[in-house]
Amino acid sequence: MIEQKITDPASIFSREGRSKLFITGSEAVREAIKRANVDMAIAYPITPQSESMHLVGDIYAEGYLKDYFRGENEFAVMSAVAGASMGGVRVFTATGGPGTLRAFEMFSTWAGSRLPIVCAFLTRGVNSPLTIQPDTIEMAYLLDTGMIMLHAENAQDLYDMLLKAFVVAEKTEVHIPVGVFADGFFVTHTRDYVEVAAAEFKLPPYNPYSAPVPVMDMENVPIRQMRDPFVMKSNFVSYATHASWQQEVMAAAERARPYIHRYLDGLLEVETPGADILIVASGTAVSQSREARAMAAAEGTEVGLVKIKCLRPFPAAEIQQITRNCKAVIVPEFNRVGWLCREIKAVVENNGKVIGAPRVFGGMTMPPELILDQIRRCKA
Amino acid sequence: MSTEKYQVLSGPEGYLPPAAALMGIVLPARGEALVEGSPVARAEAMEKAAEKLLSAQNPYFFPGPLILWDWKEGVAEKARAVGEMARAAGAGIIPMPDYRPKYPMINPAVEINPNHPNLTIWHNKIDVCVFVGVHCHYANVALKIIRGGTGCYTIALCAEAGHEDAMITFRDMGLAELKQMTEVLIRKKGELQQ
Repeated sequence: MIEQKITDPASIFSREGRSKLFITGSEAVREAIKRANVDMAIAYPITPQSESMHLVGDIYAEGYLKDYFRGENEFAVMSAVAGASMGGVRVFTATGGPGTLRAFEMFSTWAGSRLPIVCAFLTRGVNSPLTIQPDTIEMAYLLDTGMIMLHAENAQDLYDMLLKAFVVAEKTEVHIPVGVFADGFFVTHTRDYVEVAAAEFKLPPYNPYSAPVPVMDMENVPIRQMRDPFVMKSNFVSYATHASWQQEVMAAAERARPYIHRYLDGLLEVETPGADILIVASGTAVSQSREARAMAAAEGTEVGLVKIKCLRPFPAAEIQQITRNCKAVIVPEFNRVGWLCREIKAVVENNGKVIGAPRVFGGMTMPPELILDQIRRCKA
Repeated sequence: MSTEKYQVLSGPEGYLPPAAALMGIVLPARGEALVEGSPVARAEAMEKAAEKLLSAQNPYFFPGPLILWDWKEGVAEKARAVGEMARAAGAGIIPMPDYRPKYPMINPAVEINPNHPNLTIWHNKIDVCVFVGVHCHYANVALKIIRGGTGCYTIALCAEAGHEDAMITFRDMGLAELKQMTEVLIRKKGELQQ
């Protein structure tokens, strides 16, 4: 194993003393995992995620991880990851698009089993029809699995969010999986400057003995306490237990809020909150919105921008407050269903002012002019 | 929807009571505890918990696997301290040895299970109970079920971050804090006998 010094998470998260690399999003995944003190990673390739887990395999070979292997498919990988986490190790994996759908049952299983797994979802379209191109539709399906969902705008976010995800996920009172999402290709396959902490440092190890559920340690007591046989019974007691259990998983996500505030400086970021026109976006749609906002400013129109970093738990109260006095809310998205628009409409008072456009999908890019068109329509 | 602050009170609250965390109850900060959902200093919560235990008709402690098994250094001392606390409170002890549901029927006279804790509480007519050494997830699952179906007042002595679903919850309860709680009980009992 490579010798690294364990250090306080705050010093790894600090921007001080970082070096600047010109790397792809996939390489940013490698850099984050290098410093995350991950015990084990399990991989199955799918575009556009393949390179990132390949690079994690490379750092396993260099001695940064204790174990790494390729599973037989995504469902097998997510199941093996669950087993590793139940056994008390810090574990990482990544997938995207059809891989996400193939493994889907396991994501709610992770949350229901209170497993602090960190998974990078490097998103792409699914088979509607087949595409390998950028699209965020899989995020719509994952909104209610019980996991915490962070959405990176760029490679810097991806690096930072991955490292912070382990710390948030492993808090005893939280202890549920964190999905870190980044838009495939736009983030994974483009180069950008990413500031990284010194590689001689790594996060403190995971302490499974502070977990809210027993470690599946077959050698030491308290042992052999299976977690879920009650679901097989048909009686009121088992139904009530299952309901209370599900509530507890939702409560765990709620308890993550203060940690997301502490480590990610809030669930969202706002620029010019008092503007009449607000753009609310997540992922790379934020970058495109920033360009459109600058173009609108050049025309003399002030536009606010809300970057949502955390989708679960959802910043409902914050969005309700920020949008209360504006005249229009524009929600640009890289998917056909407009899942973020639905989320925004559910919390904005007088939600007729929420505009679910522009929307592109199937691999299409989102020229900022499309967003600018919406801004002009709001102004007209 | 009510805009009143949710309070974590003894039940029975109803068919499916909410998780207190989803009703705006936030876990206590270090050095603090929650009494019925509101943050107070740990010392103040110890006074309140002692009053509840000493005025109860039939108080019980429910020690869980984390202190029933001598699985790491310091656990045996904590277990002894909990035993002393229960004696000081005049409370009985019913263990929660593991978390597997007991079918077809638990023996509620001798054990409690997080999946159907109400059965043990009803059978023994327990009006105040103390959770200690129970893994946090299972404690929270059980505390909601107790609040939903029984009138039992719940107290959690948590070694981690606490439990919003208990009526009184402590956090970071190490050996020293457990002994401090016992001292409060002994002092309060003396005051009541005067």
